[in-house]
Amino acid sequence: MKRTGSQAIWEALVGEGVETVFGYPGGAIMPAYDALPGYPIRHVLVRHEQGAAHMADGYARASGKVGVAIATSGPGATNLVTGIATAMMDSSPMVCITGQVSSLVLGTDAFQETDITGVTLPITKHNYLVTRAEDIYPTLREAFHLARSGRPGPVHVDITKDAQQAAFEFHPGDGPPPRSGRKVRPSPPVDLDRAAALIDCAERPLVLSGHGIVRSGATELLVEFAEKTGTPVASTLLGLGGFPASHPLSMGMMGMHGEAWVNKAIQEADLLIALGMRFDDRVTGKLSTYAVNARKIHVEIDPSEINKNVKVDVALMGDAAWALRELLGRVRSRPRAAWHARIAEMKGDTAVRDIQSLPPSGRLFAAHVLHDLWRLTAGRALVVTDVGQHQMWEAQYYKHERPRSLITSGGLGTMGFALPAAIGARFARPDDEIWVVAGDGGFQMTACELSTCAQENLKVNVAIINNGYLGMVRQWQEFFYSRRYVATPLLSPDFVKLAEAHGLLGLRVSKREEIEGAVAQARKATCTTVVDFRVEQEDSVYPMVPANSDLRDMIRRPSPMLETGADP
Amino acid sequence: MKVAHTYVATVEDRPGALNRVVSLFRRRGFNIASLTVGTTECPGVSRITLVVNSDADTAGRVKANLEKLVDVLQVQDLTGVAALTREYALVKASVPPEKRPELLRLCSVFRARVVDVSPATLTVEITGTPDKVDALLEVVRPYGIAEMVRTGPLAMGRGAEVNEIKVQAGMAA
Repeated sequence: MKRTGSQAIWEALVGEGVETVFGYPGGAIMPAYDALPGYPIRHVLVRHEQGAAHMADGYARASGKVGVAIATSGPGATNLVTGIATAMMDSSPMVCITGQVSSLVLGTDAFQETDITGVTLPITKHNYLVTRAEDIYPTLREAFHLARSGRPGPVHVDITKDAQQAAFEFHPGDGPPPRSGRKVRPSPPVDLDRAAALIDCAERPLVLSGHGIVRSGATELLVEFAEKTGTPVASTLLGLGGFPASHPLSMGMMGMHGEAWVNKAIQEADLLIALGMRFDDRVTGKLSTYAVNARKIHVEIDPSEINKNVKVDVALMGDAAWALRELLGRVRSRPRAAWHARIAEMKGDTAVRDIQSLPPSGRLFAAHVLHDLWRLTAGRALVVTDVGQHQMWEAQYYKHERPRSLITSGGLGTMGFALPAAIGARFARPDDEIWVVAGDGGFQMTACELSTCAQENLKVNVAIINNGYLGMVRQWQEFFYSRRYVATPLLSPDFVKLAEAHGLLGLRVSKREEIEGAVAQARKATCTTVVDFRVEQEDSVYPMVPANSDLRDMIRRPSPMLETGADP
Repeated sequence: MKVAHTYVATVEDRPGALNRVVSLFRRRGFNIASLTVGTTECPGVSRITLVVNSDADTAGRVKANLEKLVDVLQVQDLTGVAALTREYALVKASVPPEKRPELLRLCSVFRARVVDVSPATLTVEITGTPDKVDALLEVVRPYGIAEMVRTGPLAMGRGAEVNEIKVQAGMAA
């Protein structure tokens, strides 16, 4: 049967089970858009292509399926770049399709021409420039396959306008199967036996649970493993939700803004079992003093991560679910009560320093907002955070019970991620309660997507943790740059009016006792609701391990008496 | 300790495949000592010989990162194994006629061949291990090297063991 290249694009997407795409039309992708109405795919018109990429990413993270973003050539394609890099750093499966100028003028600096495959080469798992209509369908099939296989990631397909327009004889069944990319050979039994022996011998083992637990759906196996071996579980930022926060063996987040006892436990452990995490610098602090007393087992699906930052004793290649299944059959059951007692002791004074337990002083702290939001949503919301202080407070105070209940930009730390990612997540999880938690800075980077919420009639709730500063940068200025607040005080629009200008609901909260009512009102509203939480302006995230420092060298929250000293 | 690690990567002949390899080295900060590309017995497949000066851990990551590239079919580590390593060089020496016999004698020790002669210069070619090429250059240097180019090493394992190219069933390039 005869098809155009444009039709082949949609045929391929329908064949991959794609129901929603996020995009923005323009000259070089117009033939593809023209063919869209014939296919059962919902197109979400974004306000900026960066939003399209984050939406595809958010969709992917919320569903586990491949997200799709579409843009035109030149500026449309370059606007995707931040979103692609974000997905690459957090291993999010995504296919980005861009239009390209006609192959007849490629390389001539034609109108809206950019060498976009040159640009995206180092921030994609793979990319393609397609110049022939008959190559479109097999290329897209391969792109989807690569995006979700092995360590997932973004794949970019750039398609010239003439390839979209050309007609050809289309036989979807024909052609070779897609290339698979590198298949990781699972580690042999001897390595699994060595890992099990290390686990059996350890007195103070600790699991470092990462994104790989979420990606491989290994939560139940991890619970079983932790219980059988009496091993406490600390999580990376992207690992949160991979192990239920209410579980007695759950320790919470590790690293730069991890709780003090978690980092202390890492430094005291005699065995680290790293599952689907990559020893990022925000997790390890100074490498030369990181867990020097511990043996290390690294379960990793990407061989290039082994011994990259931290040298390990046993590397197990494969996904976390596979490794846990194999290890469960090999390890002995041990209670390890002494280790648990030691951790409980280290927990010690943290509770009294905790801002959420302070007596009411009339001041609204971000920690109050996040803690109350967790309580009021019974910890069951899907939370999508932006990047900065609020992101860390969310990680500390919103206790995630289920995998894929927190979506955040970890590796790249992309401000402006939250709102569009939440819109993407909405299409993946139509029935879940979704809360965006963003700062006043990051929210404004992609606030235009409120208009997308209005046009698509979407319901997400937005909590803006508004402290009038680019808060995390201000905090670093306070700690490390002698309180010189250069370029961090931030004037924002009236977020309530901004919401109303979009035909959405806007609310404001400046006292703790107003939180409950506003959250209830937001949850009840059928439209996207923006809640402007006016929080303490110069609060900081504690504890903090300064960059490249020993995990034990934490800056702790000043004692509660000092903190509330101004309030009689 | 940094030593020279030699890898042979077979790569599908697709647009940008070499670019991906080079971009990987630039991005990860791996230091390429030499990179040569050529055709193979298998149409559509190129062979890249790479020499990297690095410690053992970095070398391991070089291999793992190369293997992640979709266009890379396989990577063979020829470091410390029985392998043939050969390099070709052209050396143009500025040498007056009266000194030529002396230089020619030295070149013959290296089995270097004269390929061009002009009133003021003598050009020789040499094939051999990188060490041998180095040694020849040392010998020629006192006479004055006007111009020199070397290809960088090509490598192949010795013996019956074959680095068989397994082409992925994939869409046409």
